[in-house]
Amino acid sequence: MSSSSFDPNHFSFEEVAQELRHVLPAQAPLKDFIHHNTLHAFQSFHFQDGIRMASRRFGYRVLLPLKEYRNAYATGRINRDILIRVVGQQKGLDYVSNWMECMVNKNYETPEPPRIGSLRGLWKHHYKIDLDSLVHPILFRVLCNYLDQGISVWNFPYKDMGFLKAMRQLELDSTVSLFRSKRGRELFMNPETTADDLLFLLIGRSEKYAQYLFDQQFAHQGWSGMVAAIQLQPGTLLDRRAITLEEVIFFELVLEVDALEYMLGNEWKALDVRLLDKVPNLFEETPISELEETLYLWHLAYEWSYYDTVLGGVHTPNPALREQRDHSFQAIFCIDDRECSLRRYLENEDPNCYTYGSPGFFGVEFYFKPVDGKFTTKLCPAPVNPKFLIYEVSTDAKRKRDLHLDKHANSLHSGWLISQTLGFWSALKLAINVFNPKFQPGAASSFGHMSKQAQLQIERKGNEKEGDLLLGFSPEEMAVRVETTLRSIGLVNHFAPLVYIIGHGASSTNNPHYAAYDCGACSGRAGSVNARVFCAMANHTVVRALLEKNGIVIPEATQFVGALHDTTRDEIEFFDENDLSTDCELKHQKNVNVFHVALMKNARERSRRFNNVHSESNLEEVHKNVKRRSITLFEPRPELNHATNATCIVGRRDLTSHLFLDRRAFMNSFDYRVDPEGNYLFPILRAVAPVCGGINLEYFFSRVDNQKLGAGSKLPHNVMGLFAVANGIDGDLRPGLPSQMIEIHEPVRLLVVVEHFEDVVLRTIQRDNATYEWFKNDWVKLAAVHPETRDVSVFNNGEFQCYSPSYIPMAVDNVDSFILNYSDNIPVLKIA
Amino acid sequence: MANHFLAAFILIPLFGFAFTLAIPKHNEKAIAWTSFGSVLVNFLLALFFAVNWMFQGSNAIDERDLLLYSSDNYAFFIDFYWDKISLIFFIIGSFLVLLVTRYSQYYMHREAGYKRFFNTLLFFYAGYSIAVLSGNIETLFIGWEFLGVSSFLLIAFYRDRYLPIKNAVKVFSIYRVGDVGVILAMWLSHHLWGENVTFAQLADSSGVSHALSEHSLVGVCIAIAILVTASAKSAQFPFTSWLPRAMEGPTPSSAIFYGSLSVHLGVFLLLRTFPLWESQSTARILIAVVGLTTALVAGGIARVQSSIKAQIAYGSAAQIGLIFIELALGWTNVALFHFAGNAFLRTYQLLVSPSTVSYLIREQFFDFQPSVKTIEYYLPKRIASTFYMLGIREFFLDEALYRFFWHPFKVIGRKLNFLTGFRLILLIVVMITIPVLNHFFNQNVSQSVMHAFSFGLAFLAVLMVLKSFTERRQVFEAWWLVVSNHVAVSIAISLNENYSMSHNWIYLSGIALGGIIGYMVLRKLKQRAGNINLDRFHGYVKYYPKMAMVFFFCCLALSGFPITPTFVGEDLIFGHIHENQVGLAIMVSLSFIMDGLALIRIFARVFLGPSVRSVYESSYRSS
Repeated sequence: MSSSSFDPNHFSFEEVAQELRHVLPAQAPLKDFIHHNTLHAFQSFHFQDGIRMASRRFGYRVLLPLKEYRNAYATGRINRDILIRVVGQQKGLDYVSNWMECMVNKNYETPEPPRIGSLRGLWKHHYKIDLDSLVHPILFRVLCNYLDQGISVWNFPYKDMGFLKAMRQLELDSTVSLFRSKRGRELFMNPETTADDLLFLLIGRSEKYAQYLFDQQFAHQGWSGMVAAIQLQPGTLLDRRAITLEEVIFFELVLEVDALEYMLGNEWKALDVRLLDKVPNLFEETPISELEETLYLWHLAYEWSYYDTVLGGVHTPNPALREQRDHSFQAIFCIDDRECSLRRYLENEDPNCYTYGSPGFFGVEFYFKPVDGKFTTKLCPAPVNPKFLIYEVSTDAKRKRDLHLDKHANSLHSGWLISQTLGFWSALKLAINVFNPKFQPGAASSFGHMSKQAQLQIERKGNEKEGDLLLGFSPEEMAVRVETTLRSIGLVNHFAPLVYIIGHGASSTNNPHYAAYDCGACSGRAGSVNARVFCAMANHTVVRALLEKNGIVIPEATQFVGALHDTTRDEIEFFDENDLSTDCELKHQKNVNVFHVALMKNARERSRRFNNVHSESNLEEVHKNVKRRSITLFEPRPELNHATNATCIVGRRDLTSHLFLDRRAFMNSFDYRVDPEGNYLFPILRAVAPVCGGINLEYFFSRVDNQKLGAGSKLPHNVMGLFAVANGIDGDLRPGLPSQMIEIHEPVRLLVVVEHFEDVVLRTIQRDNATYEWFKNDWVKLAAVHPETRDVSVFNNGEFQCYSPSYIPMAVDNVDSFILNYSDNIPVLKIA
Repeated sequence: MANHFLAAFILIPLFGFAFTLAIPKHNEKAIAWTSFGSVLVNFLLALFFAVNWMFQGSNAIDERDLLLYSSDNYAFFIDFYWDKISLIFFIIGSFLVLLVTRYSQYYMHREAGYKRFFNTLLFFYAGYSIAVLSGNIETLFIGWEFLGVSSFLLIAFYRDRYLPIKNAVKVFSIYRVGDVGVILAMWLSHHLWGENVTFAQLADSSGVSHALSEHSLVGVCIAIAILVTASAKSAQFPFTSWLPRAMEGPTPSSAIFYGSLSVHLGVFLLLRTFPLWESQSTARILIAVVGLTTALVAGGIARVQSSIKAQIAYGSAAQIGLIFIELALGWTNVALFHFAGNAFLRTYQLLVSPSTVSYLIREQFFDFQPSVKTIEYYLPKRIASTFYMLGIREFFLDEALYRFFWHPFKVIGRKLNFLTGFRLILLIVVMITIPVLNHFFNQNVSQSVMHAFSFGLAFLAVLMVLKSFTERRQVFEAWWLVVSNHVAVSIAISLNENYSMSHNWIYLSGIALGGIIGYMVLRKLKQRAGNINLDRFHGYVKYYPKMAMVFFFCCLALSGFPITPTFVGEDLIFGHIHENQVGLAIMVSLSFIMDGLALIRIFARVFLGPSVRSVYESSYRSS
């Protein structure tokens, strides 16, 4: 745990709350679902130490179970040579056989239980008082009602007040008390009561307070984490609430005193000192156990068995360089791993096209306000705070209503009418949807983010502002952004007549986690607006003139076209096609066909993972089935999102255009020749580490401990207040990813492969401490590929070391035979 | 039409159930298609049958199918009945089960309990069909028991988490109350008609009014027993709070159970027994009061619910309250219509409930108003705040159930600590010896003394099962106490009245079988797993699934589930309690409630819940 001021032995309520905010799950409300490292609080430690601390303290499982590694070894997923090498490197060559024996054969005892909960658990074990059952249902209900964004028919009466103030007001006005005892109510209503007072009543010894509060808050880490997240970014709730973790802790402490008073009368005392002393200290360091070492060795071998194939792949020369060709069109995609295969198919259909990857907001950061929107939506990576606002001026989009999702069906009087009228209609609707799914008004659709016909106000007239935000961009501001993006991906000359900027989004039905499927670089929204805005900028004559001054000459005939790729449906929508010149229009029509075929083939490749789609049927049929998944009520896996992601390639397309990477790679284009000093590489890596690394680690930890770090199965989930899901009605919130999203994921840390000289890469990552921490502490792995020789070196303990991959990718003419025959991961292949 | 056509509607899902049991658990396709196929066939046959029936003049059909036991003045038989009410409940139920089966076929893909889910769903469907097609209370009771068990299994579907198990036990206990209502109604109607009356006979109003006119008090009691059962099953006041808590299983199972079918069975029971209480104004007023109270309370709670499933659950309970009122007013057709609409609506609402996030967030984005004025805005502040607080606390319904229902049992059970199991059994032996010796030496002991003895024994039997229910550690003691409870009950009844011992043997056969096998399973488990004390959940089903299944069947046998003759025996035993022995009847039925609870508690504690083996493999208690 990182914050330096926190010292568990000298209790300060504010510091403990601060530390808790840091350690609790940091997931924002569902509509802003953004992937992050689940164990970010431990990132200041080396990966191995960080995950061990998290595991010992909170009982998380942080690596796969021993059985799974042994099984992977038996099936050949873990390579024996690599295993021996890894053990040798970690433990010394002399000890390899000893460790191998432990790893393969030794039986280990169940590890000792985690320490979290042991102090507060004294109430249950020694006093037979189950505080959780007495306190949680009330606490959760009150919190959910206070924070509710629109499920309840009758809103919380004092929602504009801060949490405690609102609760006190409600308590004051109501003739029925929330509390079970007089003392509980008095303590709550007395403004003089402090958390320290309550802790004194419950525990008595201040050096144990911090541990008690950790026990208390980690007994419902979902709710506490949500409160902390809302406190840190209040704007994440459209209907804002002023709540702090401190208030919630205080409230819970009162509820605990109240529960004890109710169960034991006024006879009870603080926890017994003799018992307190027996409880192990939560914050104490613990030595590493042999089982933990064994698991970590297994895991390294598991990862390196994969890394070696990727490094072996990029080490292999590319026989058919695409760079030099005369390009028919260029297409810039998001770096998202889901675009990896579509780019391969495009290049396959049109050997003269060239594709790039850049974070899906395309370097244009702004808030977006649709027609009639009461709020704005941030369309750029979450940590960025834009100064610009883009207005949607007009649209042809119409919102469809669905009375079944309307809460009035649940009230008494309108419910009486609705159940006798609409009720019968729902029988029909259900029957239709079960046998022949149709698009629902409740569905999330990527194309619904912005209509194709919508008009945007992109250019600012004068210095118009709304609040602090500038209304649109000036040509100078546009030119800076366009230049930065183009330079960072290495597209500075040889422009094709058409350059496509392709954002992405996803569509799903009946899916509370819909935002997790959209573009992370656009804060969990579709990238359509960004793509259009970027194109409008790049097509702007003033902007072009400014670019020309800086040495980027875009031919006049070249036009940028924005588009949106729906990754669930494998459909594409192009924007502003009417603005195309006749010549470009003709070329575009040809390209549209190329896209069409590539998308169908992409859908077929994805379908190999889906149980109920027959990949062998004809392309149209497969595509139709894939599309249907996005509108089916009963499909918990509309697409598989980032599952299986494992690597991130930062370099020219020709570094990997001859490889089959099985949709497991994020791909950020970068040309070392344009950027010898690493000035453009720096922002790329600064974004790659938290964005791709964050996605990767969220999948990692949700996969290894789906119950505590993930959301468990989504099938029983219940929507709470529109901001989270829980199991049943009394459960804790479930942050993290549901099992349906991670079940095919292989937990390997992200391997970032950068095509540049190692000294430049080293200097680049050291420019910024936060970025360097990711690499130094091994939360993502880093390798550099020599741009000229394709020699590989791996970053380890602060330096690059030469690495000679043992893997030589198998050359295949056509990957179809693999795609149609395997549903598991396919190794890196060389496409001949 | 063939004579046993109605029985086919039960046999088809039962066969489907048996088939799916035999399919290996990874063969999802075969499991799903067998389930879907059997429901589809049943649904189509039902449609065909219904149309045909309407063309033939819509005369109610009574079908006596299987005689299970008969003696001189007593016959226990399976009977099916078909009229407008069965038709509507059966067709709508089959239609919804059909849709949900199809829905779940894909939705449940790769879920660990795929097979278990479809097994339970078919089992539920069979139980539902038995209940809605039943032609007498005995048959209805069989369906009732099926529903209780399948409901427990579906709520506890995620059996390695704490809350589903806790809530499954809670719901089961409420259902158990309902079961006893049926048993008491059965007992009373035996005495009212002197035989096992069929619904067809009930429909003959002259017979009913004749019987009722002679025993009006019995009539009221029957009506109350039925009302309690219907209220428990349909989540009416004061039982309402179990309904949202039952939403722990996968969404489609919540939709079909607690959204639509299971929860409307109280309505069905009232419709079915309508001729019985139609002429009793007391009963009608009571039904209306329960309905109205529920409509207001549940409707009020629904308004402040901020989780979607809880809101739908309370919304639905409130509508069922209105249906109760409609029934009390005698508007049976309106009630049937309302039932259909509510069942369809809630099923669909629950199935699309995950969509609320994307839909309502979008609505909020475009239509947000900082403060929406609901009707409460016009109430005085003090009243509004009070109602809001009551809404949050669910009108203390859940706490009241705990305080007035569970807690007293626990308190009494713990007060009995001085009575060790051994002393209790000793006491009973003494109690038995006295009258038996009397019996041998002096034939002329007065009837009332015998009755007092039998009441005393039944009371001790209740104490035994209470002890079992509150036992914190010794699992074997808890188990044997339940078995002894049954023995004590049967002896108590045989002291009460001289009758053929064969009734006792029928009653005790299943008990003995279940008791002994169950004991063996527990002993074997203790050898293998070590600690099986009752002070916590152990989750052994994960490691010993076969033992768990066998033990579950033993529990069923011991609780009088219709898989052993004990089920018939239970009814027989009750038949020997006289009409005026209300105390004895209450003691024996308390035994039955508590038996079920004690058994399900033993099963849940030993086999379900988070695994004791490693915390690292289970979820948090609160999740």
